[in-house]
Amino acid sequence: MTSPNTDDRRAAEREGAPGEAGDPPPGGRPALRGVREPEPGRGPAAVDAVVVGAGPAGSAAALELARAGRSVVLLERGPFPGSKNVYGGVIYPRVLDGVLPDWREDAPAQRWVVRRSTVLLSGDRAVSVDVRVPGWGRPPGNGMTAYRADFDSWLADRAVRAGARLVASTTATGLLRGPGGRVAGVRTDRPGGDLAARVVIACDGVNSLLAREAGLHPGPRARHTALGVKEVIALPRDAIDQRFGLSGDEGADFEMLGCTGGIPGGGFLYTNAETVAVGAVLSVSGLASSGRRPEEVVDRIKRHPAIAPYLRGGTVKEYAAHLVPEGGYRHMPRLYGDGILVAGDAAGMTLAAGIWLEGVNFAIGAGLAAGRAAAEALAAGDTGRRGLARYERALRSSFVLADHARLRGALDLVLSPRVQHRYPGLAADLAQAAFTVDNPAPKPGLARLLLRAARANGVRLHHLAADAWRVARVFR
Amino acid sequence: MSSADRPRPLPPAEEPSLADRMATVDFDVGGRPHITVDTRVCRSCTTKACVSACPADLFSPTADGGVLFNYEHCFECGTCYLVCNEAGAISWGYPDGGRGVVFRRG
Repeated sequence: MTSPNTDDRRAAEREGAPGEAGDPPPGGRPALRGVREPEPGRGPAAVDAVVVGAGPAGSAAALELARAGRSVVLLERGPFPGSKNVYGGVIYPRVLDGVLPDWREDAPAQRWVVRRSTVLLSGDRAVSVDVRVPGWGRPPGNGMTAYRADFDSWLADRAVRAGARLVASTTATGLLRGPGGRVAGVRTDRPGGDLAARVVIACDGVNSLLAREAGLHPGPRARHTALGVKEVIALPRDAIDQRFGLSGDEGADFEMLGCTGGIPGGGFLYTNAETVAVGAVLSVSGLASSGRRPEEVVDRIKRHPAIAPYLRGGTVKEYAAHLVPEGGYRHMPRLYGDGILVAGDAAGMTLAAGIWLEGVNFAIGAGLAAGRAAAEALAAGDTGRRGLARYERALRSSFVLADHARLRGALDLVLSPRVQHRYPGLAADLAQAAFTVDNPAPKPGLARLLLRAARANGVRLHHLAADAWRVARVFR
Repeated sequence: MSSADRPRPLPPAEEPSLADRMATVDFDVGGRPHITVDTRVCRSCTTKACVSACPADLFSPTADGGVLFNYEHCFECGTCYLVCNEAGAISWGYPDGGRGVVFRRG
């Protein structure tokens, strides 16, 4: 599918980064012209704010700053927003209701998820909980699939329309420091590319080089990070509709457990308009100690009898990989420092909480809060640590930190050995035994089947009781 | 459970090779390696986890016990430095602006 937005993006790519004036000098990269005009009465800063990274967090922050009348530069190291970004496939855009009430009119959705399956795989068997809510396909909508190249470009464009200045193809290489070591802007890889700013918002993604340099973050750790590996596979629209039981712009979202060959993690399968996205999210430390290659795990998922029929005859259009911060609430960095705020994956804000797998909405929520906090701090004349503390207070009273705080134990539960290695087999054994009719033998009691399935999978009754209690506590 | 009921191993792979998959990805390769690997340090590494974990398969063990790295078709993900055991073996950064991987359907 080629949306108008895609065409805009390709045009932007051909013409070079938006926000540049004139041709690049021969043999070199164009300087950041026009950004550093002196602004009388505003001290030495060239702009009010620099936002690093035009992903969902960065564009949301830039949107709020521009709307507050602030001069804001939105830096993007890729040739267009979204070009460095990979995710599973579903965005929950209701977070935009308050700021872009018309988002549904032109947000680049591929499909609207009306079917959500949680699938436990064991050997060649599968047990699913399949939820279908047709209403999720009608306004106001719930979750939509989208390509990040489309969605991130669309959101960045909204920020630009509000007055932000997008500078693509530009990598932030470090922080500028002012008196007392406070963050005073960023260095870029453009000639003359130092950008002074009264506040920097680091939305530079999971590797978060700027938050690390600012001393807010020790950097991601293998134990709290997952590698997402994904293939986008082309199929005719009709085939997708028929195989998944969809029509129009309805979409499906499958999350899988028990398919990662012993590496803590899970699998996913999402429908786009004329492609499906299939892949795995794997604990980086688990992947490393397994010695397996990530694409082998994806292959395993693709040829499982519960998944393969959905993919048959498809052609791989794009292979991709990206890290996912999974540490959650317990491993978030400090969210603000002297002259700097951190939002999105750079702050570890992806929610990987078992039945809930969300990230873009958290990035947008945090970006909006960061943009507002920065604008208020600028208005109050204090973009130091004290002035920026309002950011964390705002996040605590929003879903961003409330959900993370509430679900802080969920990932450990989902990645625990019994949930990963024992329960999918237990569920499949129990379901198979319950639904296998082997007359003339009479039906055994379900309680006996449960005990037998538990024993066969090395699960004791007190484990079941303990885990049920843990589920109740974690998802309270 | 009868033998017919027992779970069977998955059918064999008929998947495209990793090279086929990598051929689907757009790269605008820059002239400067954004990640460098000090193969002398790698010689003392016993796990060489980067070799199997890198999703683009850019790390190759060498005959002398080191590791050879090619930056050109890199996803810029960060897995290599996260799994690296040997301090100083991998210097990790981003490519110059506009260079490197370009995901169209990420």
